[in-house]
Amino acid sequence: MQLEEQTITIDGQKIPFQSGQTIMDAALAAKIYIPHLCYHPEFKPHGSCRLCTVMVNGRYESACTMPSVAGQEILNNTKELNENRRALTQMLFVEGNHICPGCPKTGNCQLQAVAYYVGMLSSHYQHFYPYRDLDPSHPDYVVDFNRCILCELCVRASRDVDKKNIFAISGRGIKAHLIINSPSGKLEDTDFAVGDKAAFVCPVGAILRKRTRYTTPIGERLYDKQSIRIVGDSQQLHAGATKYGRK
Amino acid sequence: MAANKIRVATTSLAGCFGCHMSFLDIDERLLELLEHIEFDRTPLTDIKQCGPCDIGLIEGGVCNAENVHVLKEFRKNCKILIAMGACAFNGGVPALRNHYSLKDCLEESYLQGVGVVNPLIPNDPEIPLLLNKVHPIHEIVKIDYFLPGCPPSGDAIWTFLNELLAGQEISLPYQAIHYD
Amino acid sequence: MIESLEGKRGVPRNRPPFPVTQGYLNKPTVVNNVETFALAARIAVYGGDGFAALGTKQSKGTKLLSISGDCLRPGIYEFPFGVSVREVLEACNAQDTQAVQISGAAGTCLSAKEFDRKIAFEDVATGGSVMIFNRQRDLLEVVRNFAHFFVHESCGFCTPCRVGTSLLKNLVEKVYTNHGTADDLKDMSYISQVLKTASHCGLGQTASNHIADTLKKFPEIYHKRLLVEANFEPAFDLDSALEDARQITGRKDEMAYL
Repeated sequence: MQLEEQTITIDGQKIPFQSGQTIMDAALAAKIYIPHLCYHPEFKPHGSCRLCTVMVNGRYESACTMPSVAGQEILNNTKELNENRRALTQMLFVEGNHICPGCPKTGNCQLQAVAYYVGMLSSHYQHFYPYRDLDPSHPDYVVDFNRCILCELCVRASRDVDKKNIFAISGRGIKAHLIINSPSGKLEDTDFAVGDKAAFVCPVGAILRKRTRYTTPIGERLYDKQSIRIVGDSQQLHAGATKYGRK
Repeated sequence: MAANKIRVATTSLAGCFGCHMSFLDIDERLLELLEHIEFDRTPLTDIKQCGPCDIGLIEGGVCNAENVHVLKEFRKNCKILIAMGACAFNGGVPALRNHYSLKDCLEESYLQGVGVVNPLIPNDPEIPLLLNKVHPIHEIVKIDYFLPGCPPSGDAIWTFLNELLAGQEISLPYQAIHYD
Repeated sequence: MIESLEGKRGVPRNRPPFPVTQGYLNKPTVVNNVETFALAARIAVYGGDGFAALGTKQSKGTKLLSISGDCLRPGIYEFPFGVSVREVLEACNAQDTQAVQISGAAGTCLSAKEFDRKIAFEDVATGGSVMIFNRQRDLLEVVRNFAHFFVHESCGFCTPCRVGTSLLKNLVEKVYTNHGTADDLKDMSYISQVLKTASHCGLGQTASNHIADTLKKFPEIYHKRLLVEANFEPAFDLDSALEDARQITGRKDEMAYL
């Protein structure tokens, strides 16, 4: 046991960390919110959404991949960093087809919630409106590729926890896209099942359980009343439940 | 017409008039608002052409040639242009057609759709011609303010207009900003 | 590269851990290019003194430069570190030079004012690429090529590079086709900064250098193409967006055009 507690400083606030913890881990343990989409505490950090970019001793780093080192001076909740994050959420909005009023995840969506948090009032850039498919073939789940933000949480969950490798990323650059590993490319031709971890990790409305949607009234949804900074990630909705909503 | 009143114009492009309904949801406060503003072109006055205005409120995205003309008319005449609602924001529900080619959309609606009689894609010059995609209004003209929501609540519209009229920096409570 | 060697998708790893501790198959791995190995061999055979006598304080020895573009004698040159850009231009007989792109598309674009700068880690660092553009060249065309190059090169792993390179390409095209406005330049400048600060790897962090550099050093290549009278121009061509509908309906009336 160490005699002296190891600490890092985030926005002037000293917080403890344990060896092996990333900046994100330490921040979450200390209830400091660093915006993120591809991070999930149960998975190996990915560092692809870049929302958690913070400044560590004067350098830009992603908090989810950067190990905590005693004495680090970290800037997180600054105007400049939050403006960068706003631009990143805008990029994600124009890259896919995110029509919130037509999405069952709306109100419980982490992309929305982060965008609210960083004050996104418009998508600002030119929309790509890509042609993407929807796969309703599976009896219990629908995959809407229009809303995928390439966080790879389903890829990681299916590979690392379910050991099924059902999801993968194909294509490069702006053509990178989520695919389903089956000869037909359809979810019905995989052994994807209701209890799979991959069914519970999508932060947006790309992987949705059928017949469970729009069950929570507007005003009662996860992010209706309070910011994600207080409420936390959207995956909590899935914690073993087959039905949306919380008390 | 009082000379010192703020002139406001509103229109609905590719929208459902839900934002206008929400605007009316400010209820009796509309009377208070009318102490400070007067309406130019809007569905409420039925004035068809927009004159010089201080504020223009745009609901809906841009899906056809007429939308482009109206939006440009508003930009030309309004000192401040506001994008109101989810469709103005990123195309909204009408932009769901962007997943398909225009040809597929029109053929499905007018030629192959269930229950179609006299299959024919309308080509009357009176009907505004469709753009191949639905666009948010910020891609066509410069927008000064955005008020998202499907629709933004009456309270959000009320607070927004009040702060704008008072010349304050607009700051809405967390619950007032939503994309749906 | 290491990911590819392991048979995985070619996306950059998170660092740390660095390859020297956990590289190929999580074993310590040395990743260097051929030039480094060649120089290491030279030092091993002839000793380090002669090598260290060349170059500058922080950049010992020599550097291979691959010189291309508007010069009479393009090719591979070896210079001691610390050589000025002007000396390099003289050696390869480049005339009327407008700009020199050092270190490839992701490198630094130097204007004539900077030709006395030195090629060395303490000034202009380079992997070895030197591209020369004379005054007959339209530099915006160069920028446009680079912008397309980075859209193609982005692996798509991280948001800023995946989306930002395409946004930049579209904006460069908009300016290049005489539809750009001052607002578009502001957007280009801002997106460039987001790429630099938020991208996952060196490619994304440098993929907007050509735009940031030329906006600063050669603003006229953009400004001469801007629509001066308009402070805003649509993101796409409105009239051609009606073409599909004209085809489908066969309409040619006045209202069918914008």
